[in-house]
Amino acid sequence: MSEKIATREAYGLALAEFGAQYENIVVLDADLSKSTKTEEFKKKFPDRFINMGISESDMMATAAGIATTGKIVFASTFAIFAAGRAFEQVRNSIAYPRLNVKIGATHAGITVGEDGGSHQAVEDIALMRAVPNMVVISPADAVESRAAVKAAIEYDGPVYLRFGRLAVPVIYDKDNYVFELGKGVETAPGNDIAIIATGMMVGSALEARQKLSQEGINARVIDIHTIKPIDKDIIIKAAEETGALLTVEEHVVNGGLGGAVAEVLSEYRPTIMKRMGLYDQFGQSGKPGDLLKLYKLTPDDIVDEAKALLQRKP
Amino acid sequence: MQQNKIEFLEEKAKQVRADIICSLASANSGHTGGSLSAADILVALYFEVMNVRPDQPKWPDRDRFVLSKGHAAPALYAVLVHKGYFSRDHLWTLRQAGSILQGHPDMKRTPGVDMSTGSLGQGISAANGMALAGKIDKKDYRVYALLGDGELEEGEVWEAAMTAAHYKLDNLTAFVDHNHLQIDGFITDVKSPEPVDEKFKAFGWNVLCINGHDMNEILEAVEQAKATKGKPTVIIAETVKGKGISFMECQAGWHGVAPNAQQKEQALKELGVEVNV
Repeated sequence: MSEKIATREAYGLALAEFGAQYENIVVLDADLSKSTKTEEFKKKFPDRFINMGISESDMMATAAGIATTGKIVFASTFAIFAAGRAFEQVRNSIAYPRLNVKIGATHAGITVGEDGGSHQAVEDIALMRAVPNMVVISPADAVESRAAVKAAIEYDGPVYLRFGRLAVPVIYDKDNYVFELGKGVETAPGNDIAIIATGMMVGSALEARQKLSQEGINARVIDIHTIKPIDKDIIIKAAEETGALLTVEEHVVNGGLGGAVAEVLSEYRPTIMKRMGLYDQFGQSGKPGDLLKLYKLTPDDIVDEAKALLQRKP
Repeated sequence: MQQNKIEFLEEKAKQVRADIICSLASANSGHTGGSLSAADILVALYFEVMNVRPDQPKWPDRDRFVLSKGHAAPALYAVLVHKGYFSRDHLWTLRQAGSILQGHPDMKRTPGVDMSTGSLGQGISAANGMALAGKIDKKDYRVYALLGDGELEEGEVWEAAMTAAHYKLDNLTAFVDHNHLQIDGFITDVKSPEPVDEKFKAFGWNVLCINGHDMNEILEAVEQAKATKGKPTVIIAETVKGKGISFMECQAGWHGVAPNAQQKEQALKELGVEVNV
């Protein structure tokens, strides 16, 4: 097994790394800096770190105010509070005036684990994707997370960055990986079926691909790190070349990656597909691995769904 | 305070009130009462207090103003016009499709608007953000915000109040336009935020209570706020909703209603101002 790092860890380290080069970065947190890992930035640049206390709504609008002065502001908390509790501050104070605020949302999805459904954001992608002016990024591993933070810094405008709590395999080579905002990554080739995944599900899709190959099925794996704006071309190309698309996300299937891919396919190239994710369900307490089994989001589940989808392929 | 300065401000306020009435009548919708109650404070800020450059609205060292009670946008727009940020003709496009003057302030469309507001409670947080940035950058610009008294029912206001005191934002001065009315009636009947002064004191602010229609008192309070170090200042301005127009004063019904042509004429007659639309 390769090295495992949580994407939130990579986020905090990236902030601390790029904080030196970009002196106009200011980081805000809402009493979760040890969990969101923004404490890494705080340690190096205490004068540019502001703890807003347990006041997420206030934090988002404050971030907006700081951004009006020309700074690049990162505002961090758990995804449930960033996209949920503070939704309207994000919408009206950040996105509406298109201010340069990056929302570092950690602890997304069910792999939050034991804290349970109240703390597992499973609808944040859908919420943020609906907001005009908002870019939505969901990195797959530590390498991509670091690159995504850099891309967010270099992009002028609001960005929602979705990170996980759980340590996940590093799948990219940090020396060769190139991140392009709005462009998906063909992480592994294949022409029988395309598995389109986001976040930690990219790693699971790669595992599933290995298992499928043992059965003679060549699955392409596509990593959609930028969910908005979505890379239409890579999806249409996959539809043309494989004829069957399986989406996998740690999120409800409505309005998230699956919804976004379905929108592209139905408009440009109707193709059979299956969306894997949560079907009108909240998460619950449990060990992350047990929850992934319970909600059918393991590599084995991906294998099963891929084979079932292939049966439907014309 | 020099008498001619006060007279100048009072005359400006009269003209601004006339433009508020005329722009709202032209739009045929909007918030009349709370724009009129805030007019004197806005005139005092833009014509005497704030260090701004209308020909350079984004000047980095300018003082900032955030209209947290964004529905009083007509008052802000009228003041910005008189200050020379944009041409007066825009006032007659208020709230129309394609206008630079939105129903609530939009910093992307309107020169001189420092923050987009309208959703209550958020402007004061944004003002804190500007003040925090000023502290980080060791700049000496000051930040002003105007809150409604009904707006104090928003929980975010008190999150922000905690933030400003905790971070000792003495470069921030907030006004409360204490006109006692909100859409559904008296604030004390709907859900009382009183005692407003004691609440801000308890949150660690320097609190000043003034008559919000007296230019001398407004300017003196701002000077006291500037001289106060280590804590933010809130100026609780006792005001009259609909101030200056007899039939609009103290009427909750004038919160979100614009005057018709006849009411406009009567209002202008009371103000003694002629407006060429």
